[in-house]
Amino acid sequence: MANEAMEQLVRKEYKQGFYTDIESDTLPPGLDESVIRHISSIKQEPEWMLSWRLEAYRHWLTMTEPHHWAKLKYPSIDYQSVSYYSAPKKPEDAPQSLDEVDPKLLETYEKLGIPLHERAALAGVAVDAVFDSVSVTTTFKDQLAEAGVIFCSISEAIREYPELVRQYLGSVVPQGDNYFAALNSAVFTDGSFVYVPEGVTCPMELSTYFRINQANTGQFERTLIICDKRAQVSYLEGCTAPQRDENQLHAAVVELVALEDAYIKYSTVQNWYPGDEDGKGGIYNFVTKRGDCREDRAKISWTQVETGSALTWKYPSCILRGRDSVGEFYSVAVTNNHQQADTGTKMIHIGENTRSTIISKGISAGHSDQSYRGLVKVAPSARNARNFTQCDSLLLGASCGAHTFPYQEIGNASAQVEHEATTSKIGEDQLFYCMQRGISEEDAVNMIVNGFCKDVFKELPMEFAVEAEALLNVSLEGAVG
Amino acid sequence: MLEIKGLHAKVEGNEILKGLDLTINPGEVHAIMGPNGAGKSTLSAVLAGRDGYEVTAGEILFEGDNLLEMEVEDRARAGLMLAFQYPVEIPGVKNVYLLKAALNAQRAARGEAEIEAPAFMKLVREKLAQMKMDKSFLHRAVNEGFSGGEKKRNEILQMLVLEPKLAILDEIDSGLDIDALRVVADGVNSLRSEQRGVLMITHYQRLLDYIVPDVIHVLADGRIVKTGDKSLALELEARGYDWLLEADAS
Amino acid sequence: MNAWADLFQQVNDEATPGWLKSRRIAAFARFEHLGIPTPRDEDWKYTDLKRLNKRQFSMAQTEATVSHTDQAELLDLNAWRIVLVNGVFSPDLSDLSDLPNQVTIEPLSQAITHDQELAGGLVGRLAAIDTDSLTALSHAMAQEGALIRVGSGVVLPRPIQLVYLSTEHESALASWPRIAVVAGPNSQMTIVEQLVGQHASGHYTQRVAELFLEGNAQLTHYLLQTPAEKDLWVGRVHVEQKRDSRYQAFHLNLGGALVRDDFVCELNARGATASLNGLLFGQGRQHLDMHSKVNHNAPNTYSDENYKGILNDRARGVFNGKVIVKRDSQQIEAHQNNANLLLSDQAEMDTKPELEIYADDVKCSHGTTTGQLDENAVFALRARGVDESVARGLLTLAFANQVLDQVTLDAVHDTVEARIAGALPERFNLKGLVLEDQEAQ
Repeated sequence: MANEAMEQLVRKEYKQGFYTDIESDTLPPGLDESVIRHISSIKQEPEWMLSWRLEAYRHWLTMTEPHHWAKLKYPSIDYQSVSYYSAPKKPEDAPQSLDEVDPKLLETYEKLGIPLHERAALAGVAVDAVFDSVSVTTTFKDQLAEAGVIFCSISEAIREYPELVRQYLGSVVPQGDNYFAALNSAVFTDGSFVYVPEGVTCPMELSTYFRINQANTGQFERTLIICDKRAQVSYLEGCTAPQRDENQLHAAVVELVALEDAYIKYSTVQNWYPGDEDGKGGIYNFVTKRGDCREDRAKISWTQVETGSALTWKYPSCILRGRDSVGEFYSVAVTNNHQQADTGTKMIHIGENTRSTIISKGISAGHSDQSYRGLVKVAPSARNARNFTQCDSLLLGASCGAHTFPYQEIGNASAQVEHEATTSKIGEDQLFYCMQRGISEEDAVNMIVNGFCKDVFKELPMEFAVEAEALLNVSLEGAVG
Repeated sequence: MLEIKGLHAKVEGNEILKGLDLTINPGEVHAIMGPNGAGKSTLSAVLAGRDGYEVTAGEILFEGDNLLEMEVEDRARAGLMLAFQYPVEIPGVKNVYLLKAALNAQRAARGEAEIEAPAFMKLVREKLAQMKMDKSFLHRAVNEGFSGGEKKRNEILQMLVLEPKLAILDEIDSGLDIDALRVVADGVNSLRSEQRGVLMITHYQRLLDYIVPDVIHVLADGRIVKTGDKSLALELEARGYDWLLEADAS
Repeated sequence: MNAWADLFQQVNDEATPGWLKSRRIAAFARFEHLGIPTPRDEDWKYTDLKRLNKRQFSMAQTEATVSHTDQAELLDLNAWRIVLVNGVFSPDLSDLSDLPNQVTIEPLSQAITHDQELAGGLVGRLAAIDTDSLTALSHAMAQEGALIRVGSGVVLPRPIQLVYLSTEHESALASWPRIAVVAGPNSQMTIVEQLVGQHASGHYTQRVAELFLEGNAQLTHYLLQTPAEKDLWVGRVHVEQKRDSRYQAFHLNLGGALVRDDFVCELNARGATASLNGLLFGQGRQHLDMHSKVNHNAPNTYSDENYKGILNDRARGVFNGKVIVKRDSQQIEAHQNNANLLLSDQAEMDTKPELEIYADDVKCSHGTTTGQLDENAVFALRARGVDESVARGLLTLAFANQVLDQVTLDAVHDTVEARIAGALPERFNLKGLVLEDQEAQ
């Protein structure tokens, strides 16, 4: 009885599927050392950066694309058909302020629902926007500078703060960590850099919007966030891409470093183009996200709402090295049509009294396949480590799949690790109950799905929570008293 | 307002209701009593429109409209509402959301504007106080982790806010201690009005001490076998159901 | 690999029928192609079989003499019994007298001589050459085992006991017993498999069992493992279930240098129900690995899995349970629970409960916990004057008893309970307590 309403819920049109016609400098497809040298020189990088990239590239050449363990089916990717660099024209004098930004680009962000001026100002959010391969604007620089917070593109950071970048880049996700991280290390083009100095609570939410615009372009952004002792930051990330028939490659790396008593909250609303109803097109999303609670009492929290990508391979992780450090992972993932997602988290407990929480909610519809894959590892050194994992799947329709693959490796007797998982469909009795109160079937489905995701939504920063709910088309108009 | 004529209904191929007739007029409170398996809960399920119940003959008119042709939510919007014997838990959905969504759905169906937030909160607070429920109930998930008594109070709270034309109470007294029963009964009694009908389905006479019905029916083997005033309840209490069943069989 | 090839040379002889010979050759070729699995293989992620390649095995040709102490280890169940000593059938220790009508219980080597078609057809129907490399090896090497057939409507009054006894030998021995069981429609039976031995020779037993449950058949299956300390075991149970059949397993794994089991249930028709219960109890440097896979191939099928692990010293435990609900297999209920107790900081538990679900009208759940005893309970016992170490012992035993309490065969229950009680850390005298209590009952 509920199928129609469910379909309406999940069959929403991809609103971000437009393409912006602006002049771009795009490298021809292909990858070899000269491409990497070219990227490095466009970005006026120092020599050490180039050799770091080349090292990564040479390592990547020795690796093979992982196909054996993730529950994902995709053809081997032709890395020579991808263009590794695309930027709006005139990269050397990239826009310095919003006034200098190509109005068409601003329009793009308007369409995305991010009017940079007003929205940023109103929300008090500092926004960095990465368009294809380059960071086009960073707002609120001055106010942040006053607080001592560095928030800029990674390219700028490499030029302006080389010591910081050199110290931390690759310290959480080494160049050769995995196939896609190695590729990213070789060819990453831009991304965000954040440094919050000792004792500073970042005065506003920081935000980056990523967009792939050009055809046949891969996006390889790299984000590095460092929170010094007793510092705090909340960082938001949003992603969209135009609607295209061919698959586009996205292989990002995010590294977070939290020192003593620092707290990093990293939120993502990912809405890359998922492909059409027949599974044509869409983004291949291979992302390595990892946070390192390097010192005592550090805390890293990942929150994500993911509705996009044809293919998702992503396990935001926490290395809990410092004593009493805390890792959290809250995730809602929706897959529909022919989307495939193999996603989850890793919590690596090394320090004593480290704690982690994993809440994962998966909603599968259409012909999609979604897997939760998570690792909780307690090293022998992690006395009194605690983990709680809850991972629930909701199935909408009879042709989708929902899978749960939790790995637990417990090597200390004082550890306490709990995992609970359920898989079910929306209860007919719940629907009936709501409808018997006069609520339409569609609204009832929305309410129940939204309720299902509540534990995760409540972890999102306010303005993102709204966006996330809208994304799920779970309109609760008027129901919130 | 409610007219049931010759109702036959099947559940999983078994005929449970076998020619049931019942008429409820505005302002009346009816009680349906009967032994286990008589078809009491089937009747409430058929009225509310639950899946899996097949009406094989007869008709049901609600305010002159053919109820059996109406969708579940349309019945509710038209004013026929069921207090569940086993209220359903809905994790993550706050009570206040459900109440507001339901109220606005009803108003929209009547062509009215959505209720303003302050007016809504005032209304809900008033009704909460009436049911001796704490404000915190509003922000708990629907029925999740509620005790049996709290669930039943919550059902009546919804009735008070949504003000149905015909309230059907399915075993509303089951699982209640005497204090909770009083609160629930007071809530139901406050619903009594010239315009509203109430249909109580119960196994026990006890409830009828607190909510005194105008008419009592005995349902047995899928049909109403006896109708009387409140004194019938006392007679049932004293003599049980068997004498009626025997009389019916002969 | 050459060592395996040498061993394989000894398998076939003049008397081996042609069909069997060619099947063995095909199987061995398959095994040679695949090799012994490595931790790169997801199914063997936590269990490394390299010592299997390192050890030189030979195959026992004749029945060894069995000492009285070894004999005393055989559970007395008043059962029909087949005993394999180092893989060789022992007529003396076995008891196949007074079999009821419509019941066949015989050693596989015998069955093959007079009922080639049946034995050859049953063995490998579920666990075929292409199942995995070790099953291929089993097909290549298997010489002995048991064939059990219980006819329609027969309710067996006594259990069937299958014993894999390993005894002292100058070199390490290997054997590949194969079991095939057909439970006829409406039949009921209990099978108790016992792996037992006390020596340091380091034998390898790889057993493959295939169980066929016809409509409404009921099979209760015990696997009790108390092998010799250096022995290695790899077991595979493959169950095929028809309408309304019920399979109930009690897997009681109390150690061995390396003990790995795979249980696979195919729920092929409505009403088929599988219930897997187990206990892993590891100490020293033991490595205990339990894998299960339940395939819900039809609507209205049910499974329930409940495993407890207790690990002490440097023991390592693995639990990997998988539930797969096929497309259109609606109205499924499947639940998995794995709870583990680590008694030492050097012990490790690796747990991976998996759900793979392709139908929407399902109720599936899994839960796992790994942790310690409830300190409140420890406190409550101490507050009543119980010594702390005894309190911990009692609670550990209580944890094991959550599985054991469902065991209805007293001899099995008591053996396991006493063994665990006697092996708990700190050596508090729980064994005496348990034995007294068992006697009192």
